[in-house]
Amino acid sequence: MKKILFAALIGLSYSLMAQETVLPAKAQTDPIYIINATIHTGNGTVIEKGTIRVEGGMIMAVGNDIPVPRSANIQVVDAAGKHVYPGLILPTSALGLVEISAVRATQDAREIGDFNPSVRSLVAYNSDSKVINTLRSNGILLANVVPQGNFVAGTSSVVQLDAWNWEDAAYQSDAGMHVYFPSLMPRPSGGRGGMGGFGGPQPGAGDPVKEGLDKIESFKQFLREAKAYHAMPVHEQTNLKFEAVKKLLNKQQKLYVHGNTVKQILAALDFAQEFGVDLVIVGGSESYQVADLLKKYNVSVILQQSHSLPTAEDDDVDQPYKTAAALQKAGVLFSISDDDSQTRGRNLAFNAGTAAAYGLSKEEALAAITLNAAKIMGVADRTGSIEVGKDANIVVSEGDILDMKSSNVTMALIQGRQIDLTDKHKLLNRRFEEKYEINKGKKGF
Amino acid sequence: MRPLHRLLALMLFSFSGLTAFAQPTFPENGIADPRTGYYAFTHATLVQHSNSTIQNATLVVRDGKIVVVGTGLPVPVGAVEIDCTNKFIYPSFVDLYADYGMPTQQNTGRGGFNFAQPAQLETATKGPFGWNQAIRPEVNAYASFSVNESQAKSLREAGFGTVLTHMKDGIARGTGALVTLATEKENLVMLKEKASAHYSFNKGTSTQSYPSSMMGSISLLRQTYLDADWYKNKPAAEGLNLSLKAFNETRSLPQVFEAGDKWNDLRADRIGDEFGVQYILKAGQNEYQRIREMKSTNATFILPLNFPLAQDVEDPNDARFVSLGDMKHWELAPTLAASFEKAGIPFCLTTADLKSVSQFAAAMKKSMEYGLSEKAAMDALTLNPVKALGVADLVGSLEAGKLANFLVMSGPMFQEKSTLLQNWVQGIKYTVKEDAGAVNGTYTLTVNGPAGSEQYTLEVKAGGVTSLYAKDTLQSKLTVDGKQIKLSYAPAAKRLRAPGAPGADTTRQAAGGFGGRGMPSGAEPLPVTATRLSGLVNGSSWNGTGTDSLGNPLSWTAVQVKSAEYKADSVKKKELPTLGDLTYPLLPFGWKEEDKPKQETILIKNATVWTNEKEGILQQSDVLIKNGKIAAVGKNLSDPTARVIDGTGKHVTAGIIDEHSHIAAVSINEGGQSVTSEVRIGDNLNPDDVNIYRQLSGGVTSSHILHGSANVIGGQTQLLKLRWGGNDEDLKFRGWPGQIKFALGENVKRSSSPLGNNRYPDTRMGVEQVLIDAFTRAKDYQRSWKEYEANKGKKGFTGSAPRRDLELDALVEILEKKRFITCHSYVQSEINGAMKVAEQMGYTVNTFTHILEGYKVADKMLKHGSFVSTFSDWWAYKMEVEDAIPYNAAIMQKVGLTVAINSDDAEMARRLNQEAAKIVKYGGVTEEEALKMVTLNPAKMLHVEDKVGSLKPGKDGDVVLWSDHPLSIYAKSLYTIVDGTVYFDRAKDEQMQKEIDAERLRLVRKMNGEKRSGAPTIPAQPSYQYMHTCSDHGHSHGLLVIDAEENY
Repeated sequence: MKKILFAALIGLSYSLMAQETVLPAKAQTDPIYIINATIHTGNGTVIEKGTIRVEGGMIMAVGNDIPVPRSANIQVVDAAGKHVYPGLILPTSALGLVEISAVRATQDAREIGDFNPSVRSLVAYNSDSKVINTLRSNGILLANVVPQGNFVAGTSSVVQLDAWNWEDAAYQSDAGMHVYFPSLMPRPSGGRGGMGGFGGPQPGAGDPVKEGLDKIESFKQFLREAKAYHAMPVHEQTNLKFEAVKKLLNKQQKLYVHGNTVKQILAALDFAQEFGVDLVIVGGSESYQVADLLKKYNVSVILQQSHSLPTAEDDDVDQPYKTAAALQKAGVLFSISDDDSQTRGRNLAFNAGTAAAYGLSKEEALAAITLNAAKIMGVADRTGSIEVGKDANIVVSEGDILDMKSSNVTMALIQGRQIDLTDKHKLLNRRFEEKYEINKGKKGF
Repeated sequence: MRPLHRLLALMLFSFSGLTAFAQPTFPENGIADPRTGYYAFTHATLVQHSNSTIQNATLVVRDGKIVVVGTGLPVPVGAVEIDCTNKFIYPSFVDLYADYGMPTQQNTGRGGFNFAQPAQLETATKGPFGWNQAIRPEVNAYASFSVNESQAKSLREAGFGTVLTHMKDGIARGTGALVTLATEKENLVMLKEKASAHYSFNKGTSTQSYPSSMMGSISLLRQTYLDADWYKNKPAAEGLNLSLKAFNETRSLPQVFEAGDKWNDLRADRIGDEFGVQYILKAGQNEYQRIREMKSTNATFILPLNFPLAQDVEDPNDARFVSLGDMKHWELAPTLAASFEKAGIPFCLTTADLKSVSQFAAAMKKSMEYGLSEKAAMDALTLNPVKALGVADLVGSLEAGKLANFLVMSGPMFQEKSTLLQNWVQGIKYTVKEDAGAVNGTYTLTVNGPAGSEQYTLEVKAGGVTSLYAKDTLQSKLTVDGKQIKLSYAPAAKRLRAPGAPGADTTRQAAGGFGGRGMPSGAEPLPVTATRLSGLVNGSSWNGTGTDSLGNPLSWTAVQVKSAEYKADSVKKKELPTLGDLTYPLLPFGWKEEDKPKQETILIKNATVWTNEKEGILQQSDVLIKNGKIAAVGKNLSDPTARVIDGTGKHVTAGIIDEHSHIAAVSINEGGQSVTSEVRIGDNLNPDDVNIYRQLSGGVTSSHILHGSANVIGGQTQLLKLRWGGNDEDLKFRGWPGQIKFALGENVKRSSSPLGNNRYPDTRMGVEQVLIDAFTRAKDYQRSWKEYEANKGKKGFTGSAPRRDLELDALVEILEKKRFITCHSYVQSEINGAMKVAEQMGYTVNTFTHILEGYKVADKMLKHGSFVSTFSDWWAYKMEVEDAIPYNAAIMQKVGLTVAINSDDAEMARRLNQEAAKIVKYGGVTEEEALKMVTLNPAKMLHVEDKVGSLKPGKDGDVVLWSDHPLSIYAKSLYTIVDGTVYFDRAKDEQMQKEIDAERLRLVRKMNGEKRSGAPTIPAQPSYQYMHTCSDHGHSHGLLVIDAEENY
């Protein structure tokens, strides 16, 4: 007999649960068929009334003509009227590194010092963070966990969001070296602090552009020395910092430069050319001004947040919303992130939705938080789209996932495992719905 | 100082000291030398004031004063005649905004509120003075004044003779002294020791925490007026308060207010109106942007002339961050004085704010190039200041009896080639520049040597050009240095000989020059064998000795045969520079005068209409807006006068109302004390915040601007209508009852201060006590006023009025239900606690804002009668939002509360419709109810639901036309309409974008042109914007935004 399970009806009992009992799912055993779905594959195509076959944690088939066998040992998910997406990927995040932004004891994202190439975000990733499940509830199944810093901050790792510990979570370890470029623009010192312009800001001391370029040069010098160090077969003294950039110099790691201004981007391009590294610009609020250049040098961009004010007073009021479309038009590989510390990344899809309202097609916007992100992170061979041979990282939503009006995630698979979509917020909601008897009289109460 | 200069300075000082004045009480070290300084200046062109010029004038001065002025008067016996043929005499200038002779201050003061800094709650001033360090009316400029030769000299060189000087420190700054710029004993130069009283909004060197905001400064000054009034009855409880005493004593003096900005001018003037004071306003650079408002103050203004320099914008990546507003201001700032003249507003000019007084002449010149007339300039420097200060009997014009403070010039004032020669102060001559032109003329030079006598003709012309000739022109060089003359000359060869031939010389004529003025002749050097003469000027005949080419001694005389004639500059009427348009505000997206949006009759046809009324959502319906109001909602509406907008496929809603915002204000937090109910956001609105326009683009029509969360009882809030382009009063929502911000929890405990907190309260326990204490005091205060009002008319009543307390006034308004509370709150314990205090003290917490744990006590809030206003999905940014959930709004709504979704953020405010949509997602409220959370529900909690919040005939025409379903992420506002006026029009916005780009390009080119012409420039200055938030979350706003309360 066909065992049909509706995702919404996977009757998880709230009453006995706290998040502590939301367990990571067990490895997939039975094949899963998602049928009658509108499948947004992530690579631009949409399959209406399609079927996805998931087996052994992998996507085995996608299309319209996939037979669903009559078997008791399969799960069939009827997704009629629903939309199915690749698991969303949050391309930059302090997820698991920071629990409560203002509480110092819960901050593990930023190490002391300017040169920390050996620092690894993965080892501090708290797979029990209460934030994680709230992201899964909105369809985010993978995240790039990024160290913060003053300059060379260390390496990021991609994690999947259903794990017992960071080792289980690791999806792609230490794949990116993160450098926060100096601002390369003067900034006044001293706030005016609401005194109405009196004793207003004073020009900062020194020349920040020159100082910034000097700092960038110091990293170049560091890498030159590291290169020379690695050319020597043996070392009297081991230099851990030099050791830490070996993968970067060997192109096994990408260089993520955090910066927004054209000058920062130009400095980063210069850097990439000297060392031949793959460059990703993170932030990139001004990237639309140099889109052609980015395309020419195959530089990819992670737009950190579309929900942002324009940089300058003079800018188009909607400029941040339009930046993605400008990059798309120029053919730049880019993804969209959400680093908002108030909402902790869960509005990722809506940042992409805004880009869709301002020039991207919906499928392009989706790619910006799935396949493109996977490409930038170097995991596109395993995830980012609903294609045969990839991990079954899949999200089912009631409606358009890019629009908060209709986005409602009812089911998610990570590597074929059907994860529990309960989160702290749903549990507290349930607790007080009980208190106020909100659903009293409603069907099924 | 080089020894010679020191000697000269000493000589000058002692010379004048001996001649002009002698003080009877001061013993003389030596032989008395009393003189009267009796002079007659004759044959001058004398300008008494801008309306009276006397030709061939005689000016007689004695004992530092003017005896008589007239045409062709005889030189009195006993007076020394000074021939001023070809000279011009003017009254010297008066500067009302100097700090001449004042000690320099260390600026140790605090700026605005800072969460990280421990508080200083009491004054650091010792003695029987007032409670606040920034109120220092007891300070008298005269007491710390000392004559300062170098400052006096630079002011005199700029043409000034008299200044009003004061200590530029504090909010009430004490008195100013009127002094001349003579370098005599202080006793003799001080004309009025208490000539003025001074104020500002800047607390200066005060280290005290309060006030830490613009609105705090305003409140402190208002309270000081009230306290000073109350102090007149010598209340025993106050004891001696020398600050209040001095404040009262100085009220009768001219009152000068340093406002320094166009909006501050209005703020100061409103305080003046409240307390019956007409301030003289010291302006900033930007008053030209709002000249109508400036005129409405009826004030006399003191205008500074520090115009911004062009920025170096050659690098396009640097230019990128220089805003259009800053560039336009650079272009238009020099029109400041001209704009006042044109508007007929009385004004004075000051050297204050200039980097150096020596820039004054150039700044004047620039002002005149930008349209300031000579007459207005003259008046602004003479008559206007003395009128404003009430000292027209002393200085400002050249009339008998007034001080002999005048300028002797080589030509008419304000002309390119005119030079200020002497600045006479109190009848004492201060030479500014030697009269280079005095020696101009044609002379017969007779040189007597061993070979006999030779005669030459010497011509000295304007500009230092000299020629010397006998039969032929000679190569010559003349140097005049004061009275000393040097002349060298050599015969010029008639023709060029072969190189190297004996006697080879140049045939070129050499022009001499006044070496003393550093003007080399420009010709090739004279041969070392030249004849050299040296001598002294003695009027029109000179004589001296010299050496000829062979070393023989010579003697010589030169007698003037023809004096130079004065030639006025050929005055060319200069064209005014071509300037860009003034816009309102002077920012991108500002309106040109002719483009200002106007109220229209608008008919939106065939749209989906979200009425927020019992009619619900109407399909294919029309909305008619007329006379600023919604006239009708329904099908098949028509109005022949209406502008018809096709709404097919589009949605109409009421304008979005943001219950919690911090845009458009200069300051947000007055954190100097735990209770600051006296401060008012409405006192410090900033109509120049581009976020007003940006929020209109997101469909917002009203924003409630809250005080921050720095303290338990914060300030009075202000509801706005986003009338972009208007002034601060235009922004206010009219007919709104008024609210006040309270706050609980981490922020009022200053939990984020790394140095710990020393301001009570430090716990939620203390927060409750602060509330109870404040309302207990308010009730006592309320009762004491009631008793006074009831008894004051009664026979035998001897009591006096209680002290008016602005802080308690606001709390009494709460008790009397005239003012409503919106309370920043997070966790359930504090929410519950705040309600219990309210119930105990007899008021209601009108709105709980943030209220992220509201879902835990929703039933209690319902019972208490509160409204709630929250974020959709913020959490985990600090400890007290650990349990915040996005289902909060839905739970509260389902329990029966009226729920609003607010932004507290200039960015999110543009997407409030989307935030409302999240309540459909999280908790499943209906779409109609969700939209009400950003329209009708906030209107209810702001007590303006009779005016806004739904599409109901009779309500204000605050309407948005959306491109799509209004809760959809794909929806954009096409038109945002306030009071029937279209303030945002997406099509027009695109047009404005293009205009902004073109205007930017023009100004970048103009700045680059300025740089290439050699004008001084400064490096490009990124135009940072300051932004206020509640200070408890870190939503990012881009590269150029600085959190106004950021810690440095």
